[in-house]
Amino acid sequence: MRRLINQHPGRGSALLFGALPFALLLIAYLIASALRLDANPNDKLLPSLTSMGRAVHSYAMEPSRRTGQITLWADTAASLRRLALGVGISAALGLIIGIATGAVPYLGAGLGPLISALSLIPPLAILPVLFIVFGLGETAKVVLIVIGIAPFIARDIALRTAELPREQIIKAQTLGASSWQLITRVILPQMWPRLIDAVRLSLGAAWLFLIAAEAIAATNGLGYRIFLVRRYLAMDIIIPYVLWITFLAYGMDYGLRLLSRRALSWYHAGARR
Amino acid sequence: MTAIAVHHMWKEYGDQVVLENVSVQVKDHEFCTIVGASGCGKTTFLRMLLGEERPTRGQFLIDGQPLPDEPGPDRGIVFQRYSVFPHLTVLENVLLGLELQAAPVLGRLFGRRRREAEERAEAMLQEVGLYEARNKYATALSGGMQQRLSIAQSVIMQPKILLLDEPFGALDPGISADMHKLILRLWDEHRMTIFMVTHDIKEGFELGTRLLVFDKVRLDPQAPEAFGATITYDIPLDASHPPPIAEIEQASRRTEGYGARLAPA
Repeated sequence: MRRLINQHPGRGSALLFGALPFALLLIAYLIASALRLDANPNDKLLPSLTSMGRAVHSYAMEPSRRTGQITLWADTAASLRRLALGVGISAALGLIIGIATGAVPYLGAGLGPLISALSLIPPLAILPVLFIVFGLGETAKVVLIVIGIAPFIARDIALRTAELPREQIIKAQTLGASSWQLITRVILPQMWPRLIDAVRLSLGAAWLFLIAAEAIAATNGLGYRIFLVRRYLAMDIIIPYVLWITFLAYGMDYGLRLLSRRALSWYHAGARR
Repeated sequence: MTAIAVHHMWKEYGDQVVLENVSVQVKDHEFCTIVGASGCGKTTFLRMLLGEERPTRGQFLIDGQPLPDEPGPDRGIVFQRYSVFPHLTVLENVLLGLELQAAPVLGRLFGRRRREAEERAEAMLQEVGLYEARNKYATALSGGMQQRLSIAQSVIMQPKILLLDEPFGALDPGISADMHKLILRLWDEHRMTIFMVTHDIKEGFELGTRLLVFDKVRLDPQAPEAFGATITYDIPLDASHPPPIAEIEQASRRTEGYGARLAPA
């Protein structure tokens, strides 16, 4: 008998083992829901699959009587737009500032402490400031995401830049590289996979800030909808929305991972050695 | 022509003396191997040639000019490891220097100029026996092939001086024998001056035209950092002078004993 730590599941059984907790959770939910509905058919806390299905149908298939739009898609489009803008701007800022402060000692000395301080401000604490300064429109929500995750990405990229082997940096200089060439041909290309990793790690925080901003001041969006229907204890909407958000977040993470593997095969080939 | 002259040069870090009173003259197209106990300033000497470190006192001149204080294209370097670029293919690694030289803003060449540069890079790869692997990523190569690549990368820039910092230290004996042949051939064809730091005294004697031994002349067991190393043997390598291998090894072991107690490993 081999030690437990040396026993590995095969592909099929790994899948099975992975699906098992989900199945157990679902079964537990169904039992609990059936028990509660049995005691009180008007219970709203643990709605049955059929009532959730009905709610999803009306939100995802039928146009809203008030706006004429299909609510789920309109919410999804609004949220994803804010998220994409926020994450995109953060990634660009984080990459530029991170490489600049990591590679140029004077910039690192000048901007490093400021970035560290900024990254320690709890973003939600300054959300009121953002609403006062940028109004209740889209800008404040995007800015909240940027303030929340850009400093993290910048610090991460700065650390990764500083971690590049000294030998490589010296070698590039003996090949005649100027500071600019060193950054564009040696540092930047090696930071792409690091940037993708940093963005993947900060996606969770980005969703958190998005939903917080939407909950407080918005007229559409996934977070807005959840907090709106909470007033009616509409668990049959909230649960599918949360699952949908989870699915979107997982899809983004998967997409980024795939992008990294396809577009940056040198990085993954090297990592395996 | 590349002449290197060092006059009464000292290197200190605070109270710690690494090199003391080093003087040496190196002519064009010499192949100097540098050996010595660990912690005897071999690598510090190399880093000064590279421009990473500056002497505390004394003079360090290349062709009569003080050494520039940062690395530049006239002095190539091959480190023991990490000196190839993992995000580039073998061909791109060799191409990089040519591109950096010719395209200051983009750092890339296109069209006809790129093809010309590629031809030069491919010829260089033929020379070091990596032509077949030209489209692989550098990290997919074995340790020995990565060192060949690193050498090719430097030599294509036609440096006046090539610095080798224990380049074959991590390789199997059979492979380093091949590398020795390669480096001697390149040294001859491209007329460089080579400085090679090595652990392996035998390697130091086999390669090169001149052997420099760094060692501490004075040792104070109470204050091991008080005295620095200097060049204790400067041996022209030719058949008429049988090299005093045993004597050097013994001296260097004696220093190493002290070195082990003080040097960070």
